[in-house]
Amino acid sequence: MSKKIIVPFGPQHPVLPEPIHLDLVLEDERVIEAIPSIGYVHRGLEKLVEKRDYKDYVFISERICGICSFIHGATYCQAVEQVMGVEIPRRAEFLRAIWSEYSRMHSHLLWLGCFADSMGYENLFMDCWKVREKILDVLERTTGGRVIQGVNRVGGVSRDMDKEELNRIKSEIPGLRADYVELTRIFDEDLTVQSRTKGIGMLPKDTAWELGAVGPTIRGSGHAVDARMTGYGAYDELDFKPVVRTEGDCHARCMVRTGELFTSLDLIENAIDRIPEGDIIVPVKGNPSGEYYAQTEQPRGEVIHYVKANGKKNLLRHRVRTPTLANVPALVQMLAGCELADVPVIVLTIDPCIGCMER
Amino acid sequence: MKQPDQKVETIQVEELIHRVHSFHDDGYRLVQISCAQEGDAFEVTYSFDKNLSISHIRIPATPENPIPSISKIYLASFVYENEIADLFGIPFSGIAIDYKGTFFRTSVPHPFGTSQITVVKKKPEEQHE
Amino acid sequence: MSYLQKSPWIIHYDASSCNGCDIEVLACLTPLYDVERFGILNTGNPKHADIFVITGGVNEINKEVVKNIYDQMPHPKVVVAVGICACSGGVFKECYNISGGVATVIPVDIYVPGCAARPESIIDGIVQALSILEQKRNSMKTGVEGTA
Repeated sequence: MSKKIIVPFGPQHPVLPEPIHLDLVLEDERVIEAIPSIGYVHRGLEKLVEKRDYKDYVFISERICGICSFIHGATYCQAVEQVMGVEIPRRAEFLRAIWSEYSRMHSHLLWLGCFADSMGYENLFMDCWKVREKILDVLERTTGGRVIQGVNRVGGVSRDMDKEELNRIKSEIPGLRADYVELTRIFDEDLTVQSRTKGIGMLPKDTAWELGAVGPTIRGSGHAVDARMTGYGAYDELDFKPVVRTEGDCHARCMVRTGELFTSLDLIENAIDRIPEGDIIVPVKGNPSGEYYAQTEQPRGEVIHYVKANGKKNLLRHRVRTPTLANVPALVQMLAGCELADVPVIVLTIDPCIGCMER
Repeated sequence: MKQPDQKVETIQVEELIHRVHSFHDDGYRLVQISCAQEGDAFEVTYSFDKNLSISHIRIPATPENPIPSISKIYLASFVYENEIADLFGIPFSGIAIDYKGTFFRTSVPHPFGTSQITVVKKKPEEQHE
Repeated sequence: MSYLQKSPWIIHYDASSCNGCDIEVLACLTPLYDVERFGILNTGNPKHADIFVITGGVNEINKEVVKNIYDQMPHPKVVVAVGICACSGGVFKECYNISGGVATVIPVDIYVPGCAARPESIIDGIVQALSILEQKRNSMKTGVEGTA
C-alpha cells in the first residue's frame, strides 16, 4: 500500500475564480478525504446591520455576492416586508420574478462556461459566455447595472418596465431558446463532456437528503426541492415545474442547470403575459419589529435570510444561510474516492459561490 | 403577498437531542442553524424542512455551557456549528468534524459575540513606511 | 515599445470581493470584449505574470496570500486594483474583517473604480498599466528610477 499524502488545493488556483482551500488526502491518485477550509472572502457584512439603516442595508445585501445579487436583495426585502407586514404591489412582485429569472440564467450560463473550462473545453466556455452577454444586455437595459442591479427597495422596486420593453424582451426569447438548445445539445451529447462527467462525483439520493444539499445539487439526485414551489412572490401565479434528474452524478447536475435555463424562459414569458398594471413601490414608514425567515430559490439553491428587529432603525440580526454553505457537506462526500484530476470538475458541480458562503 | 406567520418553538437544551432525533426519524431535512444575540442572551435556532414547510426549534445558549452537537444525527450540521462557535464563541461538544476555531478566521475573535468591537483602520501610507 | 508591452500576461486574484468584479474580469476575456486581441493573456501562475489584477477589500487571512502572490511575480510588475472595494474598501470598509483596500497590503499602480467595475473600464485600466510597465522596465534597464 502506498503512502498517504496531503495535497493543498487553492486558495489561488487556475480553475477557481474564487478562493477556497481544500486539503486533499491522497493515496496515489485517489482522493480519500477532502477537508475544506474557508474564510478567504469572509467580510463580516452581517455585522454591518448595526451600523446601517435597514433600508440602506438592501444595497449591502445585494453585495453579498455579485452573481446572485438580485435575489439576495429581493429576499432581504421580502424578509423585512414580512416583519413589518407591508404588502408590496403585485406588479413589483412580478418584476422581481422577471429579474430573478434573468439573473438565474446569467448565473447558470456563467457556471456552464466555468464548468466547461474546468474540463479544459475552452471553446465551450467562450460559447456560454457569448450567450450570457445577451442576458446581461437585458439586465443593463432594464435596471442600469450589469451584475449588480440595485433596483430592490423595501416596499417594492425602483424601476418599471413599460409595455414596449416587455414586448421587446418577449420578442428576444425565441432567439435565446435557440441558443440554449444548441448549448444543451453539446453538454448532453458531446463525448468530451460525457467522459468527464458521467458516473463521476456520485451523490446518492438518500445521502443528498441526509446531508441537506440544496438546489441543482439535490435536484440532480432525484429530489424535487425548489423553494419556488412554495409560491413566494409572484411564483404562485406562474406555472412552475422543477427540473429533476435521478442519476446523481456531475452530468445530472449539469443537465438540471441546462434544463432550468428553459424553465426560466418559460417563467419570464408567463410573467410578461400576466403582469398586472399598477404601482411598483409602496411607502414604508416606521421601523421593523419581530423576526422572519425568508426562503427563496437562488441559482445555487435555497437561500434563507433571517431578520430580527426590535423596533429600531438598525436591525438586531441579519443572517444568511447561503446554498453553497449547505452544499459543502455534500461536496466533501462527493470528493471522497474520486481521482485527483477530477477534483476541479466535482468542486464546480456544486457551483461554489464563495462570496455567498462566507459573507 | 403576505406569507403565513412563522412559529418558533423554544425548548430546553436537554430536550434538543431527543427532538432532533424525532425530526430525523420523520424524514426532515436540516435547513440551517442560526444564532442571534439579544442583550447578553444568545439563542440558537434549528430549522427543518419537509414537504416545503419549515419548522423551527430554539434553545437558549451561553458562552459558558457547551451545546451538544447534532452532527451525529445530521452530519451536515458541522458547518453551522463550527460557524457559530467561531463567530459567537458558543462552544459545541462532540462535533463530528471539529475545526477548533479555524473554520472562519477573523481579525477579532468572536466578532458577533461581543456587543462592541472597535476596528482601527490605518491609512495605506502608514503601513508601507 | 517592447515585446513585454505587446503581450502582457495577467494574473487575477479575488481578495474578498463579492464576485461582481471577478466575473467582469472574466467577461473581459470572452468574445464580446476579448482582451486577447491586445495580446493580454490570463494565467494562473504568478511567476508567469506581469500584471496583477486584484479585486476586493482584502480580509485578514488574504493579506498573506496577496503578499505571497505579489512577491512571487517577477520584476517589472504592475498592480491594478479593480472595483471600489479594492480601491478603498467600498461598502465593506466598516466591516471588521476588511483591511480597506489593496493599497493597505501591497503598492497599487492603477485604480479602477466602479461597483461592479465595467469591462470597458477594466480594459482601460489594464491598457494604462502597460505604459507603467514599460517605464518600470526602462528604469530597470538603465538603473534610473522612473517617475511612475
